[in-house]
Amino acid sequence: MLKYHFDWGTVLSGRYLDWLLSGVVVTLEISALSLALAMFLGVLVAMLRLGPLGFLRRLAQAYLEFFRNTPLLVQIFFWYFGSYKILPQALNDWLATTNFEFAAGVVALGIYTSAFIAEDIRSGVRAIPKEQMEAARSAGFGYLGAMRHVILPQAVRITIPPLVNQFLNLTKNSSLAMTIGVAELTYQARQVESYSFKGLEAFSAAALAYLLISLFIAGAVNLYTRWVLRPAAGR
Amino acid sequence: MEPGLDFAVVWDNLTYFLIGRFPHGPLGGLALTLYLASVSCLLSFVGGLALGLLSVCKNAAICWATLVLVNLLRGVPLLMVVFWTYFLLPALLGQTVAEAHTVIIALTLFTSAYMCGIVRAGIEGVPRGQREAALSTGLGRWQVMAFVVLPQGLRNMVPSLVNQFVSLIKDTSLAFIVGVSELTHVATQVNNRTMVFPTEIFLFVALVYFVVCWLFTSLSRRLERRLDRGKSLG
Repeated sequence: MLKYHFDWGTVLSGRYLDWLLSGVVVTLEISALSLALAMFLGVLVAMLRLGPLGFLRRLAQAYLEFFRNTPLLVQIFFWYFGSYKILPQALNDWLATTNFEFAAGVVALGIYTSAFIAEDIRSGVRAIPKEQMEAARSAGFGYLGAMRHVILPQAVRITIPPLVNQFLNLTKNSSLAMTIGVAELTYQARQVESYSFKGLEAFSAAALAYLLISLFIAGAVNLYTRWVLRPAAGR
Repeated sequence: MEPGLDFAVVWDNLTYFLIGRFPHGPLGGLALTLYLASVSCLLSFVGGLALGLLSVCKNAAICWATLVLVNLLRGVPLLMVVFWTYFLLPALLGQTVAEAHTVIIALTLFTSAYMCGIVRAGIEGVPRGQREAALSTGLGRWQVMAFVVLPQGLRNMVPSLVNQFVSLIKDTSLAFIVGVSELTHVATQVNNRTMVFPTEIFLFVALVYFVVCWLFTSLSRRLERRLDRGKSLG
Protein backbone atom coordinates (compact mmCIF):
# COMPACT_ATOMS: atom_id res chain seq x y z
CA MET A 1 0.00 0.00 0.00
CA LEU A 2 1.50 3.30 -1.06
CA LYS A 3 1.33 5.68 1.90
CA TYR A 4 2.59 8.64 -0.08
CA HIS A 5 0.93 11.73 -1.43
CA PHE A 6 2.52 12.88 -4.68
CA ASP A 7 2.92 16.62 -5.06
CA TRP A 8 4.16 17.44 -8.53
CA GLY A 9 3.15 21.12 -8.42
CA THR A 10 5.86 22.06 -5.92
CA VAL A 11 8.72 20.37 -7.75
CA LEU A 12 7.73 21.35 -11.28
CA SER A 13 7.39 25.10 -10.73
CA GLY A 14 9.32 28.14 -9.54
CA ARG A 15 12.94 27.83 -8.50
CA TYR A 16 12.83 24.04 -8.20
CA LEU A 17 12.00 23.75 -11.89
CA ASP A 18 14.76 26.26 -12.66
CA TRP A 19 17.24 24.15 -10.71
CA LEU A 20 16.24 20.99 -12.54
CA LEU A 21 16.47 22.69 -15.94
CA SER A 22 19.88 24.16 -15.15
CA GLY A 23 20.87 20.60 -14.15
CA VAL A 24 19.83 19.34 -17.59
CA VAL A 25 22.01 22.01 -19.21
CA VAL A 26 25.06 21.11 -17.08
CA THR A 27 24.50 17.40 -17.78
CA LEU A 28 24.50 18.08 -21.52
CA GLU A 29 27.57 20.31 -21.21
CA ILE A 30 29.67 17.89 -19.20
CA SER A 31 28.59 15.02 -21.48
CA ALA A 32 29.48 16.87 -24.67
CA LEU A 33 32.90 17.98 -23.39
CA SER A 34 33.69 14.52 -22.03
CA LEU A 35 32.63 13.00 -25.33
CA ALA A 36 35.06 15.23 -27.21
CA LEU A 37 37.91 14.17 -24.89
CA ALA A 38 36.81 10.52 -25.01
CA MET A 39 36.70 10.48 -28.82
CA PHE A 40 40.14 12.05 -29.08
CA LEU A 41 41.74 9.65 -26.59
CA GLY A 42 39.69 6.71 -27.88
CA VAL A 43 40.84 7.12 -31.49
CA LEU A 44 44.42 7.64 -30.34
CA VAL A 45 44.44 4.51 -28.14
CA ALA A 46 42.70 2.44 -30.81
CA MET A 47 45.35 3.47 -33.35
CA LEU A 48 48.15 2.59 -30.94
CA ARG A 49 46.40 -0.72 -30.24
CA LEU A 50 46.19 -1.53 -33.97
CA GLY A 51 49.57 -0.05 -34.85
CA PRO A 52 52.81 -1.81 -35.71
CA LEU A 53 54.79 -1.02 -32.51
CA GLY A 54 54.59 -3.84 -29.97
CA PHE A 55 55.56 -1.63 -27.05
CA LEU A 56 52.83 0.92 -27.77
CA ARG A 57 50.31 -1.87 -28.42
CA ARG A 58 50.94 -3.28 -24.95
CA LEU A 59 50.77 0.19 -23.41
CA ALA A 60 47.39 0.81 -25.08
CA GLN A 61 46.20 -2.60 -23.91
CA ALA A 62 47.19 -1.78 -20.32
CA TYR A 63 45.33 1.55 -20.57
CA LEU A 64 42.19 -0.20 -21.80
CA GLU A 65 42.28 -2.91 -19.15
CA PHE A 66 42.98 -0.55 -16.29
CA PHE A 67 40.33 2.05 -17.01
CA ARG A 68 37.66 -0.49 -17.96
CA ASN A 69 38.14 -2.57 -14.83
CA THR A 70 38.01 0.24 -12.28
CA PRO A 71 34.81 1.90 -11.03
CA LEU A 72 34.15 5.31 -12.53
CA LEU A 73 33.40 6.70 -9.07
CA VAL A 74 36.89 5.80 -7.84
CA GLN A 75 38.39 7.39 -10.96
CA ILE A 76 36.38 10.56 -10.33
CA PHE A 77 37.63 10.68 -6.72
CA PHE A 78 41.16 10.06 -7.88
CA TRP A 79 41.14 12.98 -10.34
CA TYR A 80 39.30 15.29 -7.96
CA PHE A 81 41.08 14.57 -4.67
CA GLY A 82 44.32 12.93 -5.68
CA SER A 83 45.52 14.33 -8.98
CA TYR A 84 47.35 17.32 -7.42
CA LYS A 85 50.26 15.14 -6.32
CA ILE A 86 51.01 13.87 -9.82
CA LEU A 87 50.39 17.10 -11.74
CA PRO A 88 52.99 19.88 -12.16
CA GLN A 89 52.67 22.79 -9.73
CA ALA A 90 51.97 25.36 -12.46
CA LEU A 91 49.01 23.32 -13.73
CA ASN A 92 47.67 22.96 -10.17
CA ASP A 93 47.88 26.71 -9.66
CA TRP A 94 45.97 27.30 -12.85
CA LEU A 95 43.36 24.63 -12.06
CA ALA A 96 42.72 26.24 -8.67
CA THR A 97 41.46 29.33 -10.49
CA THR A 98 39.03 27.36 -12.68
CA ASN A 99 35.88 25.36 -12.05
CA PHE A 100 37.92 22.39 -10.84
CA GLU A 101 34.95 20.08 -10.05
CA PHE A 102 33.78 20.38 -13.63
CA ALA A 103 37.28 19.87 -15.05
CA ALA A 104 37.91 16.79 -12.88
CA GLY A 105 34.53 15.41 -13.93
CA VAL A 106 35.27 15.91 -17.62
CA VAL A 107 38.71 14.29 -17.31
CA ALA A 108 37.40 11.29 -15.37
CA LEU A 109 34.40 10.72 -17.64
CA GLY A 110 36.45 11.34 -20.77
CA ILE A 111 39.22 8.90 -19.86
CA TYR A 112 36.81 6.23 -18.59
CA THR A 113 34.70 6.40 -21.75
CA SER A 114 37.72 6.57 -24.06
CA ALA A 115 38.67 3.04 -23.00
CA PHE A 116 35.30 1.72 -24.17
CA ILE A 117 35.32 3.82 -27.34
CA ALA A 118 38.80 2.56 -28.26
CA GLU A 119 37.56 -1.03 -28.05
CA ASP A 120 34.57 -0.22 -30.29
CA ILE A 121 36.74 1.45 -32.89
CA ARG A 122 39.21 -1.41 -32.83
CA SER A 123 36.50 -4.02 -33.36
CA GLY A 124 35.03 -1.87 -36.15
CA VAL A 125 38.34 -1.85 -38.03
CA ARG A 126 38.97 -5.52 -37.33
CA ALA A 127 35.53 -6.45 -38.66
CA ILE A 128 36.69 -5.44 -42.15
CA PRO A 129 38.10 -8.56 -43.87
CA LYS A 130 41.81 -8.19 -44.60
CA GLU A 131 41.10 -9.16 -48.23
CA GLN A 132 39.57 -5.69 -48.60
CA MET A 133 42.95 -4.19 -47.86
CA GLU A 134 44.73 -6.66 -50.13
CA ALA A 135 42.28 -6.03 -52.97
CA ALA A 136 42.59 -2.26 -52.57
CA ARG A 137 46.37 -2.50 -52.54
CA SER A 138 46.42 -4.67 -55.67
CA ALA A 139 44.11 -2.17 -57.36
CA GLY A 140 46.89 0.37 -56.95
CA PHE A 141 45.97 2.18 -53.69
CA GLY A 142 48.76 2.99 -51.28
CA TYR A 143 48.37 1.89 -47.61
CA LEU A 144 46.97 5.25 -46.50
CA GLY A 145 44.81 5.58 -49.60
CA ALA A 146 43.35 2.12 -49.02
CA MET A 147 42.67 3.03 -45.38
CA ARG A 148 41.11 6.32 -46.35
CA HIS A 149 38.95 5.16 -49.28
CA VAL A 150 38.24 1.50 -48.56
CA ILE A 151 38.73 0.41 -44.94
CA LEU A 152 37.70 3.43 -42.86
CA PRO A 153 34.43 4.22 -44.71
CA GLN A 154 33.28 0.68 -43.95
CA ALA A 155 34.65 0.65 -40.41
CA VAL A 156 32.98 3.95 -39.50
CA ARG A 157 29.63 2.59 -40.68
CA ILE A 158 29.94 -0.33 -38.29
CA THR A 159 31.35 1.70 -35.43
CA ILE A 160 28.86 4.54 -35.19
CA PRO A 161 25.97 2.68 -33.48
CA PRO A 162 28.15 1.32 -30.62
CA LEU A 163 29.74 4.77 -30.34
CA VAL A 164 26.38 6.44 -29.92
CA ASN A 165 25.61 3.79 -27.34
CA GLN A 166 28.75 4.86 -25.47
CA PHE A 167 27.56 8.45 -25.63
CA LEU A 168 24.32 7.28 -24.05
CA ASN A 169 26.27 5.56 -21.27
CA LEU A 170 28.41 8.64 -20.87
CA THR A 171 25.37 10.86 -20.38
CA LYS A 172 24.02 8.52 -17.74
CA ASN A 173 27.44 8.13 -16.10
CA SER A 174 27.78 11.91 -15.84
CA SER A 175 25.34 11.63 -12.91
CA LEU A 176 28.30 10.46 -10.82
CA ALA A 177 29.86 13.91 -11.13
CA MET A 178 27.39 15.02 -8.46
CA THR A 179 29.58 13.30 -5.87
CA ILE A 180 32.28 15.94 -6.36
CA GLY A 181 29.81 18.81 -6.51
CA VAL A 182 29.17 19.32 -10.22
CA ALA A 183 25.68 20.83 -10.32
CA GLU A 184 24.27 18.51 -12.98
CA LEU A 185 20.82 16.96 -13.09
CA THR A 186 21.17 14.39 -10.29
CA TYR A 187 22.84 16.96 -8.06
CA GLN A 188 19.96 19.37 -8.63
CA ALA A 189 17.37 16.65 -7.98
CA ARG A 190 19.15 15.94 -4.70
CA GLN A 191 19.09 19.64 -3.88
CA VAL A 192 15.39 19.94 -4.67
CA GLU A 193 14.85 16.94 -2.39
CA SER A 194 16.73 18.48 0.52
CA TYR A 195 14.91 21.82 0.18
CA SER A 196 11.40 20.51 -0.44
CA PHE A 197 11.43 16.95 1.03
CA LYS A 198 9.79 15.85 -2.24
CA GLY A 199 12.39 13.20 -3.01
CA LEU A 200 10.24 10.89 -5.10
CA GLU A 201 8.91 13.70 -7.27
CA ALA A 202 12.33 15.30 -7.75
CA PHE A 203 14.00 12.05 -8.72
CA SER A 204 11.11 10.97 -10.93
CA ALA A 205 11.32 14.26 -12.82
CA ALA A 206 15.08 13.86 -13.19
CA ALA A 207 14.69 10.23 -14.30
CA LEU A 208 12.19 11.38 -16.91
CA ALA A 209 14.67 13.96 -18.19
CA TYR A 210 17.36 11.27 -18.48
CA LEU A 211 14.88 9.00 -20.25
CA LEU A 212 14.04 11.69 -22.77
CA ILE A 213 17.73 12.31 -23.46
CA SER A 214 18.33 8.55 -23.80
CA LEU A 215 15.29 8.08 -26.03
CA PHE A 216 16.40 10.93 -28.24
CA ILE A 217 19.85 9.40 -28.68
CA ALA A 218 18.46 5.86 -29.11
CA GLY A 219 15.98 7.16 -31.70
CA ALA A 220 18.81 8.78 -33.60
CA VAL A 221 20.72 5.47 -33.65
CA ASN A 222 17.60 3.70 -34.88
CA LEU A 223 17.13 6.14 -37.73
CA TYR A 224 20.78 5.88 -38.55
CA THR A 225 20.73 2.09 -38.76
CA ARG A 226 17.50 2.16 -40.76
CA TRP A 227 18.45 4.85 -43.29
CA VAL A 228 22.21 4.61 -43.52
CA LEU A 229 23.25 1.06 -42.62
CA ARG A 230 20.45 -1.03 -44.16
CA PRO A 231 20.63 0.34 -47.71
CA ALA A 232 24.37 -0.24 -47.71
CA ALA A 233 23.95 -3.81 -46.49
CA GLY A 234 21.41 -4.60 -49.20
CA ARG A 235 23.47 -3.11 -51.97
CA MET B 1 58.69 20.79 -4.89
CA GLU B 2 56.38 17.92 -5.52
CA PRO B 3 55.98 15.70 -2.46
CA GLY B 4 56.59 12.00 -3.07
CA LEU B 5 53.92 9.36 -2.63
CA ASP B 6 53.80 7.68 0.78
CA PHE B 7 51.84 4.44 0.82
CA ALA B 8 52.22 3.89 4.58
CA VAL B 9 48.64 5.09 4.98
CA VAL B 10 47.51 2.12 2.89
CA TRP B 11 49.40 -0.47 4.94
CA ASP B 12 48.28 1.09 8.24
CA ASN B 13 44.63 0.72 7.20
CA LEU B 14 44.92 -2.46 5.16
CA THR B 15 42.53 -4.63 7.18
CA TYR B 16 40.06 -1.76 7.31
CA PHE B 17 40.17 -1.55 3.50
CA LEU B 18 39.72 -5.30 3.13
CA ILE B 19 37.12 -6.26 5.77
CA GLY B 20 36.13 -3.06 7.56
CA ARG B 21 35.69 -3.43 11.33
CA PHE B 22 34.65 -7.01 10.81
CA PRO B 23 35.50 -9.16 13.82
CA HIS B 24 34.44 -6.35 16.19
CA GLY B 25 31.80 -4.70 14.01
CA PRO B 26 29.92 -4.99 10.74
CA LEU B 27 31.57 -6.33 7.60
CA GLY B 28 32.95 -3.60 5.34
CA GLY B 29 35.53 -2.76 2.70
CA LEU B 30 36.35 -5.14 -0.13
CA ALA B 31 34.52 -8.03 1.58
CA LEU B 32 31.27 -6.05 1.68
CA THR B 33 31.80 -4.99 -1.96
CA LEU B 34 32.08 -8.63 -3.01
CA TYR B 35 29.12 -9.59 -0.81
CA LEU B 36 26.89 -6.87 -2.32
CA ALA B 37 28.00 -7.81 -5.84
CA SER B 38 27.43 -11.55 -5.32
CA VAL B 39 23.99 -11.23 -3.74
CA SER B 40 22.86 -8.70 -6.37
CA CYS B 41 24.27 -10.90 -9.12
CA LEU B 42 22.32 -13.96 -7.95
CA LEU B 43 19.09 -12.01 -7.48
CA SER B 44 19.39 -10.17 -10.78
CA PHE B 45 20.08 -13.43 -12.58
CA VAL B 46 16.73 -14.68 -11.29
CA GLY B 47 15.14 -11.34 -12.18
CA GLY B 48 16.75 -11.30 -15.61
CA LEU B 49 15.64 -14.87 -16.27
CA ALA B 50 12.06 -13.97 -15.35
CA LEU B 51 12.12 -10.80 -17.48
CA GLY B 52 13.83 -12.65 -20.33
CA LEU B 53 11.22 -15.43 -20.33
CA LEU B 54 8.37 -12.90 -20.11
CA SER B 55 9.82 -10.94 -23.01
CA VAL B 56 9.84 -13.99 -25.33
CA CYS B 57 6.42 -15.30 -24.26
CA LYS B 58 3.52 -15.59 -26.69
CA ASN B 59 1.27 -12.94 -25.11
CA ALA B 60 2.01 -9.66 -26.91
CA ALA B 61 0.80 -7.45 -24.02
CA ILE B 62 3.09 -9.12 -21.44
CA CYS B 63 5.98 -9.09 -23.87
CA TRP B 64 5.48 -5.40 -24.59
CA ALA B 65 5.07 -4.43 -20.92
CA THR B 66 8.28 -6.29 -20.04
CA LEU B 67 10.24 -4.52 -22.75
CA VAL B 68 8.93 -1.12 -21.62
CA LEU B 69 10.04 -1.85 -18.04
CA VAL B 70 13.44 -3.06 -19.21
CA ASN B 71 14.03 -0.03 -21.40
CA LEU B 72 12.89 2.35 -18.66
CA LEU B 73 15.49 0.88 -16.33
CA ARG B 74 18.19 0.93 -18.99
CA GLY B 75 17.44 4.52 -19.92
CA VAL B 76 18.20 6.06 -16.52
CA PRO B 77 21.51 6.23 -14.63
CA LEU B 78 22.09 3.63 -11.91
CA LEU B 79 22.54 6.47 -9.44
CA MET B 80 18.94 7.51 -10.23
CA VAL B 81 17.72 3.98 -9.51
CA VAL B 82 19.62 4.00 -6.20
CA PHE B 83 18.08 7.31 -5.11
CA TRP B 84 14.69 6.23 -6.33
CA THR B 85 14.78 3.00 -4.35
CA TYR B 86 16.10 4.96 -1.39
CA PHE B 87 13.04 7.24 -1.36
CA LEU B 88 10.40 4.90 -2.78
CA LEU B 89 10.92 1.86 -0.55
CA PRO B 90 10.19 3.59 2.78
CA ALA B 91 7.13 5.27 1.21
CA LEU B 92 6.00 1.95 -0.17
CA LEU B 93 6.59 -0.11 2.97
CA GLY B 94 5.86 2.58 5.54
CA GLN B 95 9.08 1.75 7.41
CA THR B 96 12.79 2.38 7.05
CA VAL B 97 14.92 -0.01 5.02
CA ALA B 98 18.58 -0.78 5.78
CA GLU B 99 20.92 1.03 3.36
CA ALA B 100 22.64 -2.19 2.31
CA HIS B 101 19.27 -3.69 1.36
CA THR B 102 18.34 -0.55 -0.55
CA VAL B 103 21.52 -0.89 -2.55
CA ILE B 104 21.00 -4.59 -3.21
CA ILE B 105 17.45 -3.93 -4.43
CA ALA B 106 18.55 -1.02 -6.64
CA LEU B 107 21.44 -3.01 -8.14
CA THR B 108 19.13 -5.99 -8.68
CA LEU B 109 16.47 -3.92 -10.44
CA PHE B 110 19.02 -2.20 -12.65
CA THR B 111 21.05 -5.30 -13.51
CA SER B 112 17.97 -7.48 -14.12
CA ALA B 113 17.16 -5.21 -17.06
CA TYR B 114 20.59 -5.91 -18.55
CA MET B 115 20.42 -9.63 -17.68
CA CYS B 116 17.11 -9.75 -19.55
CA GLY B 117 18.96 -8.92 -22.77
CA ILE B 118 21.57 -11.59 -22.04
CA VAL B 119 18.88 -14.22 -21.40
CA ARG B 120 16.99 -13.26 -24.56
CA ALA B 121 20.13 -13.50 -26.65
CA GLY B 122 20.96 -16.84 -25.05
CA ILE B 123 17.51 -18.23 -25.80
CA GLU B 124 17.51 -16.90 -29.35
CA GLY B 125 20.98 -18.34 -29.89
CA VAL B 126 19.62 -21.88 -29.59
CA PRO B 127 18.82 -23.17 -33.09
CA ARG B 128 15.09 -23.29 -33.97
CA GLY B 129 15.37 -26.95 -34.89
CA GLN B 130 16.01 -27.82 -31.23
CA ARG B 131 12.70 -26.32 -30.18
CA GLU B 132 10.78 -27.85 -33.09
CA ALA B 133 12.30 -31.30 -32.48
CA ALA B 134 11.44 -31.08 -28.75
CA LEU B 135 7.88 -29.96 -29.50
CA SER B 136 7.43 -32.80 -31.97
CA THR B 137 8.45 -35.35 -29.32
CA GLY B 138 5.35 -34.25 -27.40
CA LEU B 139 6.85 -31.95 -24.73
CA GLY B 140 4.80 -28.92 -23.67
CA ARG B 141 6.01 -25.38 -24.39
CA TRP B 142 7.32 -24.77 -20.85
CA GLN B 143 8.93 -28.21 -20.77
CA VAL B 144 10.71 -27.41 -24.02
CA MET B 145 11.96 -24.16 -22.48
CA ALA B 146 13.03 -25.76 -19.19
CA PHE B 147 14.62 -28.98 -20.43
CA VAL B 148 15.82 -28.25 -23.96
CA VAL B 149 16.26 -24.56 -24.77
CA LEU B 150 17.41 -23.07 -21.43
CA PRO B 151 20.09 -25.67 -20.61
CA GLN B 152 21.72 -24.96 -23.98
CA GLY B 153 21.08 -21.22 -23.82
CA LEU B 154 22.55 -20.89 -20.31
CA ARG B 155 25.83 -22.31 -21.55
CA ASN B 156 26.08 -19.49 -24.09
CA MET B 157 25.20 -16.92 -21.42
CA VAL B 158 28.02 -17.77 -19.02
CA PRO B 159 30.65 -15.33 -20.37
CA SER B 160 28.15 -12.45 -20.49
CA LEU B 161 27.04 -13.28 -16.96
CA VAL B 162 30.61 -13.08 -15.71
CA ASN B 163 31.00 -9.72 -17.46
CA GLN B 164 27.83 -8.54 -15.77
CA PHE B 165 29.28 -9.61 -12.42
CA VAL B 166 32.32 -7.44 -13.14
CA SER B 167 30.01 -4.50 -13.89
CA LEU B 168 28.25 -5.18 -10.61
CA ILE B 169 31.51 -5.11 -8.66
CA LYS B 170 32.21 -1.70 -10.18
CA ASP B 171 28.63 -0.55 -9.63
CA THR B 172 28.65 -1.41 -5.92
CA SER B 173 30.87 1.66 -5.50
CA LEU B 174 27.65 3.69 -5.77
CA ALA B 175 26.59 2.26 -2.41
CA PHE B 176 28.92 4.98 -1.11
CA ILE B 177 26.23 7.56 -1.82
CA VAL B 178 23.78 6.13 0.71
CA GLY B 179 26.49 5.44 3.28
CA VAL B 180 27.11 1.70 2.96
CA SER B 181 30.69 1.08 4.09
CA GLU B 182 31.96 -0.84 1.05
CA LEU B 183 35.44 -0.31 -0.40
CA THR B 184 34.86 3.15 -1.92
CA HIS B 185 33.11 4.45 1.18
CA VAL B 186 35.88 3.12 3.38
CA ALA B 187 38.40 4.85 1.10
CA THR B 188 36.65 8.22 1.46
CA GLN B 189 36.52 7.69 5.25
CA VAL B 190 40.24 7.04 5.47
CA ASN B 191 40.83 9.97 3.12
CA ASN B 192 38.76 12.30 5.30
CA ARG B 193 40.58 11.12 8.42
CA THR B 194 44.14 11.33 7.10
CA MET B 195 43.53 14.36 4.84
CA VAL B 196 46.88 14.43 2.98
CA PHE B 197 47.08 11.05 1.18
CA PRO B 198 44.22 11.10 -1.37
CA THR B 199 46.47 10.13 -4.30
CA GLU B 200 47.84 7.08 -2.49
CA ILE B 201 44.45 5.97 -1.16
CA PHE B 202 42.52 6.21 -4.42
CA LEU B 203 45.36 4.70 -6.45
CA PHE B 204 45.40 1.73 -4.08
CA VAL B 205 41.62 1.33 -4.15
CA ALA B 206 41.57 1.56 -7.96
CA LEU B 207 44.25 -1.13 -8.05
CA VAL B 208 42.25 -3.42 -5.74
CA TYR B 209 39.16 -3.06 -7.92
CA PHE B 210 41.28 -3.59 -11.01
CA VAL B 211 42.84 -6.83 -9.77
CA VAL B 212 39.46 -8.30 -8.76
CA CYS B 213 37.62 -7.21 -11.93
CA TRP B 214 40.48 -8.15 -14.23
CA LEU B 215 40.58 -11.68 -12.79
CA PHE B 216 36.91 -12.14 -13.64
CA THR B 217 37.28 -10.48 -17.06
CA SER B 218 40.09 -12.91 -17.91
CA LEU B 219 37.92 -15.79 -16.71
CA SER B 220 35.08 -14.66 -18.98
CA ARG B 221 37.47 -14.47 -21.96
CA ARG B 222 38.68 -18.01 -21.30
CA LEU B 223 35.11 -19.27 -21.04
CA GLU B 224 34.26 -17.52 -24.31
CA ARG B 225 37.18 -19.19 -26.09
CA ARG B 226 36.18 -22.56 -24.69
CA LEU B 227 32.61 -22.09 -25.92
CA ASP B 228 33.85 -21.14 -29.38
CA ARG B 229 36.08 -24.20 -29.47
CA GLY B 230 33.16 -26.41 -28.46
CA LYS B 231 31.10 -24.97 -31.28
CA SER B 232 33.64 -25.44 -34.05
CA LEU B 233 34.22 -29.08 -33.03
CA GLY B 234 30.55 -29.85 -32.59
